[in-house]
Amino acid sequence: MPEKADQVFLLLRDWLVGFLPPGWRSAAGVVLGVIGIIAVFPGLFAITTVLERKGLGRMQNRLGPNRVGPFGILQPIADAIKSLTKEDIVPLNADAVVHFLAPVFLVVVVFMGFAVLPVGRNMVLVNMDSGLLFYFAMGASTEVSIFMAGWSSRNKYSLLGAMRAVAQMISYEVPLLLSSVVIVMMTGSLSLVKIVEAQNQYTWGLPHWYIFTPWGCAAFVMYAVAATAETNRSPFDLPEGESELVAGYFTEYSGFKFALFFLGEYLAMLSISGLGTTLFLGGWSSPLALLNWVPSWIWFFSKVMLSICVLIWVRGTLPRLRQDQLMNFAWKFVLPMTLLNLMVAALWRFMGDGWARWVACSAILLLVYVGAGRVGMRREHFGPRTYRYAE
Amino acid sequence: MTVFATPLAGYLLVAALLFAIGLAGALTRRNAILVLIGIELMLNAANLNLIAFWRYMPHPEALTGMMFAIFSIAVAAAEAAVGLGLVISIHRHAKTTDLDEMNRMKG
Amino acid sequence: MSFVFWLLAAITVAGGLAAVLLKNLVHCALALTVVFTGLAFLFLQLDAQFAGFAQILVYVGAVAILVVFAILLTRSSETPKDGGVFSRTWGVGLVIAAAVFAVLGWAVLQSETGLPHETAVPNVTVQLIGNALMGRYVLPLEIVALLLTAAMIGAVIVAMHEKGDAK
Repeated sequence: MPEKADQVFLLLRDWLVGFLPPGWRSAAGVVLGVIGIIAVFPGLFAITTVLERKGLGRMQNRLGPNRVGPFGILQPIADAIKSLTKEDIVPLNADAVVHFLAPVFLVVVVFMGFAVLPVGRNMVLVNMDSGLLFYFAMGASTEVSIFMAGWSSRNKYSLLGAMRAVAQMISYEVPLLLSSVVIVMMTGSLSLVKIVEAQNQYTWGLPHWYIFTPWGCAAFVMYAVAATAETNRSPFDLPEGESELVAGYFTEYSGFKFALFFLGEYLAMLSISGLGTTLFLGGWSSPLALLNWVPSWIWFFSKVMLSICVLIWVRGTLPRLRQDQLMNFAWKFVLPMTLLNLMVAALWRFMGDGWARWVACSAILLLVYVGAGRVGMRREHFGPRTYRYAE
Repeated sequence: MTVFATPLAGYLLVAALLFAIGLAGALTRRNAILVLIGIELMLNAANLNLIAFWRYMPHPEALTGMMFAIFSIAVAAAEAAVGLGLVISIHRHAKTTDLDEMNRMKG
Repeated sequence: MSFVFWLLAAITVAGGLAAVLLKNLVHCALALTVVFTGLAFLFLQLDAQFAGFAQILVYVGAVAILVVFAILLTRSSETPKDGGVFSRTWGVGLVIAAAVFAVLGWAVLQSETGLPHETAVPNVTVQLIGNALMGRYVLPLEIVALLLTAAMIGAVIVAMHEKGDAK
């Protein structure tokens, strides 16, 4: 019975596909998988918007939206109707083709990232051998769409916001990749399915999730920081800071295109949380060996929503970082720490089994973090402020 | 739709065409950045050639073509970075990126 | 020839033509992105998944952004001055490019019977690539690492503001 609940979506797909002649079955199965992704993740997006607005409201000592439905739960429906019926304004001087294509490109690329995430046991849309590389390739392509949005609006504030956003995303792309490379190194495969299966083992009832190892914990922290910066979430949301740049690179967008950008940004958040759960939190594997009867997809989505709640919590708590502080942080602190983490992971593998490697690796990471972090980043220059323009 | 249907000559002709377009762009445009765009097109055409030959040759498990292409991608990225740094530096000095006006060493 | 190949080839070549012919430089850079994506799909069709994804990651994710940044930092995105976008000697360049294409095309079509045909789909796993990189190709790998470091340092130094430079 637990196996049937676990594989219920696969059984449903096989039953539906069984109505078709044999030649069409695999293609129809893939189409059903795509329909599943398109149905589930925007649904999660709707839940996330309510969660965010209510959660932020409570953290800021106010109620969030509470008019539509009990406790404001049906707010996304009102939002959807609003964005679909708003007038679509395109500035006269804007580059119409690029202005139209930018949100489309963003949403397409973000949806493609979902294809390699294993949401449950045997439940991945495309089981690629280099799944992680595909995911990062799609993540890197979102920068092009942000630039297209900012530039096509022919608005200095949009362009400035777009340049800042792209610079930030490129800077944090490298720590994101390097902290995932540690996982690849220890698993021996770029395939996300194999990474989850490697974490699905239990010792004394506790799982082998990578977050429970010293290098995995450090990598998870750096991945979380880089992921927050990649999706332009607070405290790294200067490019779209409401008080600085109106709305940054999507200032000139209204109506449905704005909704598409919003959708793209939140889907990117869900997608990168999904990848973080897959790499570090064990994907669809359950936390204790005796809870294996709960279906695997429930574990996956719970972990993703937990990560989203942490992201919303961080947004409501921490102040915004300035652009140069954030780039400084990326290149001078996070990147060297990821490289050190790689070497510590190699040391872990080299030392073989036992308790000594736990102590050694944790000691190295903690010492460098405290030492370099406290001492190295404390240099403050209080000279006269200089400005550098591109000429 | 397998690769069966497309002979190697198809891929080679596309690569040759892309190379010629890149060469034309690099030789005929005034802006220095477009010359770099042309160079990137030429490098990509060469990569396509390498991968096409790798696929159709008798021993694809030796991975020679794909390795060559991957190294070519890495080196091309580095070269684009240095080239664009040079263009920015020249612009700072000459206040223009127009190649027709950069004839100080002529004659 | 297969329909997918025709479609991808048409998109790639159209993007290439747009990249060298358009007046607005940012449009050229975006057309270049289309060319890179088309090429990545062609690589995928040739069963070179690693090369295809690496192409998207490096070219679309980094080189295209770099080109765009350079265009914006050198103010080349504003409308070109009188004289047009083509240099004075554009005819010679076109003739040379056409000659190169003619020679290459003739070489390909001449040797069409001698070209190798379809082999079985190679089973290229990432592990094979990793083993090759660390085994047979470790020297090029290390040299490329040194080259990338030198290029990075060089690019920063070339484009850096010198001390005392006017703001």
